[in-house]
Amino acid sequence: MPVLEKTTEIQPKTSKRKRTNWKKHLVHLFLLPALLFYVWFQVYPIFSAFLNSFFEWNGLRRGEFIGLGNFVRLFTEAPFEETFYRALGHNVIFFIGTVLAKLIVAFLLALLINSKIRGKEFFKTVLFLPKLLSVIVVGFLFSLILNPTYGALNTFLRFIGLEELARPWLGDPNTALYTIILVNGWYGLGFAVLIFLAGLQAIPSEIYDAAKMDGASGFTMLMKMTIPLAMPSIMVMTILTFIGAFETFELIFAMQGSQAGPYFSTDVLATFFYRLAFGSVDGGESIGLGSALAVVLFLMISSATAILLFFFKRKEYEQ
Amino acid sequence: MTARFGQYAKYLILLLFSFLMLYPVFLMISSSFKSNLEILTSPLGLPQSLSFENYVMVWEKVSFGSYVWNSVYVSALSVFFILFISSLAAFYLSRFSFRWNPFVLFFFMIGLMLPMKLAILPLYMIMLQLNLLDTLTSLVILYVAGGIPFAVFVFYGFFRTLPTELDQSARLDGCNSFQVYYKIILPLMKPALATVGIVHLIGVWNDFFYPLIFLKSEELSTIPLGVLTLFGEYDTEWNLLFASLTISSLPMIVAFLFASKQFIEGLTSGAIK
Repeated sequence: MPVLEKTTEIQPKTSKRKRTNWKKHLVHLFLLPALLFYVWFQVYPIFSAFLNSFFEWNGLRRGEFIGLGNFVRLFTEAPFEETFYRALGHNVIFFIGTVLAKLIVAFLLALLINSKIRGKEFFKTVLFLPKLLSVIVVGFLFSLILNPTYGALNTFLRFIGLEELARPWLGDPNTALYTIILVNGWYGLGFAVLIFLAGLQAIPSEIYDAAKMDGASGFTMLMKMTIPLAMPSIMVMTILTFIGAFETFELIFAMQGSQAGPYFSTDVLATFFYRLAFGSVDGGESIGLGSALAVVLFLMISSATAILLFFFKRKEYEQ
Repeated sequence: MTARFGQYAKYLILLLFSFLMLYPVFLMISSSFKSNLEILTSPLGLPQSLSFENYVMVWEKVSFGSYVWNSVYVSALSVFFILFISSLAAFYLSRFSFRWNPFVLFFFMIGLMLPMKLAILPLYMIMLQLNLLDTLTSLVILYVAGGIPFAVFVFYGFFRTLPTELDQSARLDGCNSFQVYYKIILPLMKPALATVGIVHLIGVWNDFFYPLIFLKSEELSTIPLGVLTLFGEYDTEWNLLFASLTISSLPMIVAFLFASKQFIEGLTSGAIK
């Protein structure tokens, strides 16, 4: 039966070609899961947040397109406007306080660890330890330590005779925000030290020998050589601190609740955002406002990062 | 003489800061062995006896055991899928030369800078549509998605340092792409897996924000969310509070003491590069 023979001869050929083609495309399965998860649960939600901010919302249902309406309300309408600017101010204070603490204290500690001392590994390990705790644990731990009556800090102050310094650290609107900034500094100090240390260790030691021969003092070397050469790590730290300061939420939530008390004295944009998005009882139209606030925060973080990068890049070239 | 004095001052400053870093953690652990009365009357003193009573109480009274189990389950699954999915993608991006690969890599790198907290409302709506609100699965999905950019970034950098001769010779021996990945690449990439795994393990174990938003039932709580519940319900029983904080922190601290080099390297690598 010649016909049958012919088909059996051809069939394997075509099916083989089909199979190799099919197999060739199989290789994209390596990329597919990562791409799928990333697009579905990272990229799309960010886009969606932008889109949502231009619409009116009734509960979880999207209403009409209202352009920049949500933004206008957020910036100009009471009570949102007052809360927004107050929270923004607190974010700025949070950033300045944290970045000063890190640039001064953490940089000094990094210089010390980088100098001729013993036990470098010990100091690195110990300073880094707080970073392993959950931010929420840090917040709760310090709210116990800072408790006005039974807390360890005030007990200690009374013990050494400095009773007049003991105060309700978190209960007083004048001290609450600064106290939280210090706690945040405690949590992130070791990480900053390690980043600076990596920057310092990248500086070749020969240039210091040359400068010493020319009679440069320790202070001159620090200002003219060490700090400019460590600038990339200082830049990285400043940007990370900025992002962290404008995203800060957990610490304040743990220590002061979502109302960011006392009297909103520790309220930041992220706690305001949380109340808008999830805190309201009526659930009314807050999704639109919440999305608008998220977009504002997003733009602030990304543009500030770009500006800082640009600024430091130019500084580097000027050297 | 002044040099000597300077040297002492260095140690003094470093020791002072080391003390400031360690003492709150020490206080947390030591207080977890005290009775409530002991904590309130002498907060700074050492515990009079090493009693595990608080831990037993936390375990029985507040079902802390299920929080621990939920945390272990979510962390293990998330880290496993992050490592698996991202290493496959990085293998694809570094070992095949499709013309879109540079763009895909750049696309993933953008993810390193996305502040996902701000996309929480759309994420909430996605989970609502998928009927995944109030499930541990929703957390695993979000951690995996969030972990991919950093993992791909590290793995891609690692693969570029691996010579391609090995996988070429394996191909000549008749291995297909998946076998090359599984038999050649995976065993070689253990250091990179450890780095990425540690970073995400800490992140997932300690995360509070996603559980706060996506979990409603108390029995599904992970440890950080369980701590929140505990602080709401037993706010006067400080012995239980300190014990719960210690349970939450101790696994990571112990792991850190065993492998501090890998921890430090992992957690700072994202920032330096």
